[in-house]
Amino acid sequence: MARERLVNVEPTQILLIAMLAKFIFVLMLLLNAAPLMAWAERRICSWMQNRTGPNRVGPFGLLQSVADAVKFIFKEDLIPAHVRKWYYLVAPGICVVPAFLTFAVVPFGPVIDVNGQHISLQLTEMNVGFVYILSISSLAVYGIIIASWASNNKYSMLGGLRSTAQMISYELAMGMSLIAIILLYNTVNLQEIATSQGGPLHFGNFVIPFLPNWGIFYQPLACVIFTVAAFAETNRLPFDLPEGEAEIVAGYHLEYGGMKWSLFFMAEYAHMLTASGLFATFFLGGWHAPGAGALLQHLHLAENIFPWALVAIQVLTFTLKVILFMLFFIVIRFTLPRFRYDQLMKLGWKILVPLALANVIITAAVIAAKTY
Amino acid sequence: MITKTDVNSKKQNQFEDEVEEGADLFENSQMLINIGPQHPATHGTLRMACRLNGETVVDSVCEIGYLHRAMEKLGEVKTYHKFIPYTDRLNYCSALQNNVAYVTTVEKLLGIEIPDRNIWIRTMVSEIARIIDHLICVGINAFDLGAMTFFLYGFHQREQAYTLIEQLCGSRLTTTYTRVGGLSGDLPDGFIPRLKEWLVELEATLKEMDKLLTTNRIWVDRTKGVGIMSADDALSYSMTGPCLRASNVNVDLRRDRPYLAYKSLEFDVPVAKGCDVYDRYLVRMREMHESVRILRQIAEKMPSGPIWADDKRVRIPEKERVHNSMESLIHHFKFFMEGFDVPPGEAYCPMEGPNGEVGFYIISKGGPKAYRMRIRAPSFFMFQPAPDMVRGQPIADVIAVIGSVNIIAGELDR
Repeated sequence: MARERLVNVEPTQILLIAMLAKFIFVLMLLLNAAPLMAWAERRICSWMQNRTGPNRVGPFGLLQSVADAVKFIFKEDLIPAHVRKWYYLVAPGICVVPAFLTFAVVPFGPVIDVNGQHISLQLTEMNVGFVYILSISSLAVYGIIIASWASNNKYSMLGGLRSTAQMISYELAMGMSLIAIILLYNTVNLQEIATSQGGPLHFGNFVIPFLPNWGIFYQPLACVIFTVAAFAETNRLPFDLPEGEAEIVAGYHLEYGGMKWSLFFMAEYAHMLTASGLFATFFLGGWHAPGAGALLQHLHLAENIFPWALVAIQVLTFTLKVILFMLFFIVIRFTLPRFRYDQLMKLGWKILVPLALANVIITAAVIAAKTY
Repeated sequence: MITKTDVNSKKQNQFEDEVEEGADLFENSQMLINIGPQHPATHGTLRMACRLNGETVVDSVCEIGYLHRAMEKLGEVKTYHKFIPYTDRLNYCSALQNNVAYVTTVEKLLGIEIPDRNIWIRTMVSEIARIIDHLICVGINAFDLGAMTFFLYGFHQREQAYTLIEQLCGSRLTTTYTRVGGLSGDLPDGFIPRLKEWLVELEATLKEMDKLLTTNRIWVDRTKGVGIMSADDALSYSMTGPCLRASNVNVDLRRDRPYLAYKSLEFDVPVAKGCDVYDRYLVRMREMHESVRILRQIAEKMPSGPIWADDKRVRIPEKERVHNSMESLIHHFKFFMEGFDVPPGEAYCPMEGPNGEVGFYIISKGGPKAYRMRIRAPSFFMFQPAPDMVRGQPIADVIAVIGSVNIIAGELDR
């Protein structure tokens, strides 16, 4: 039906429009993540701590983030005299760009069929999506290192050293945990991974009808390792040692202020968003909304609306999953104390990496046993 | 105590023998880093200069004096009454305890007997001050290690306690509640029921705080075996209070040399054997429970009667009479402008403050002012061994240790 309505639109035009729509959706998601999550973080933490939280600017204090943004933009753009100017200025950019880039391959909806054109609801349809994520997300550490060294400050330098070690260690654990997922789904294309998580949970012929076919049930250990590593990768408490407020003051962004600082801030939230998107894709069935199709059939929608309604629900479901994991980030932050540097390294190298390796080997063995 | 210049000269020597053959490269790649006087983890203004090898503290020195206000000298130039507000500014987390300790010493010099109700109220405010101080100490210690919610749970109850104190004396932080021979006011109506209500709330919060942190693996890992201070060392550094008891020395002046109303109160003295940050936290948490127990008993046993000692020298004329009779007005004026004479002699009344032994040593040669005053503030004795406690440990532990011994710059520098 959709085909008839759009019959006089050129295929290239459809692709162009779809590209723009996807671009705007992802950009809005990423740009709004920081202010909205900052608001949510403040409100949730104040709710957890018997406080009121910001509630003066706008309804429920929603415009507080806007006020903050205005403040950051109009603040004096101070560059301390003792910094290496060029690197100092370029570091926040280096930090924020990879955080935004990573989200490009995360599928937020299924492959849809418009006028015979297959459009995958992810910004870039990339066959090596997984490899792309690992390579791009590790670039963010350069921003932090450059910021900390260019700041020419002892506290910043300690923060930079910490974050380098931390990110490299946990990148490893994260990658390892995801290898088990790749083995499981036999692909590195994120859209394919998400697609293959539809239907009810089944192990061989044994079907559990009330549970969805999500990665978390096949790979619980990988899920735990990925979650821990995601916290470390995003520098969130209990792994916020690079910032380590009490010890090294603010770590790598100590010498930054105004908009430059808020770029680091945005990078942190963009990282969180990407990590949440990846978690949803790998472990929570991506955009799959179990039961949505059956529910919609009960509504007896017109035939030409049905697929679009389903897609809308699926995109919403994906967004909801991402938001839920983001909220998990926040709740954890206000519950746990911070690790110590050596304990963090110990956890990364002595526990997570061996566990992830064992998980890979076991998964590979099981798959091999099934195949032969 | 080593001074700043010593640190610099040490550092210089390090660089001089850098070129030596076969020298340990890492030994010389040390960095001098300041924790304080402006640093989020120094409570008040104190400074620890640490020499780091990577993240490990090779050596450190502490420097004090950033909040020095010549408190002891002020005690010698102000009349006895005028010094009471200054005692608020010593350990500002437990101002009431300082108020009580100071006036008790002056009363000892004067040889005044204070009435029962006054004694019980003073005991009560001392215990409230202890709870507030401990809530802040464990809260800030946890806050520095990243546990923000734990800290704010405690802070909420602290605010409730300050609301109670506000009803007593009109101000929250700087109380100035006691007077020589009396108090600024009797308990307001319905105070005891409100106190009991608060105690129920506080106990619930303490349980919640306990659940949040005491068995939390990250917290235990961060604090166990950190900042070790053996019993012998603690004694030789004159440490007192919860930190000493966490080092397995069972000393508590409330029990060992009962003052105020502690003789007729039942309580346990928590002692721990670990000598580390974790046990200091545990001792403080348990002491709060004991304080709740003490306050419950006080609420039951609070006697009625006057709060002022029957002594013309120190009795402040009542406002009613000051406004209506000339003689009282003159008396009031002279009382506050000139003060009262204290007979020659010397006195020291040690009390078990929240942090350790608090005492004012006052020498009087007659007249309205002290001839010499010396304040024994527990923080001073606990900051001294800080370099010993952190040597060879990661820099993150410095924060844990400073937080655990609860250094309040106000009484550290005086």
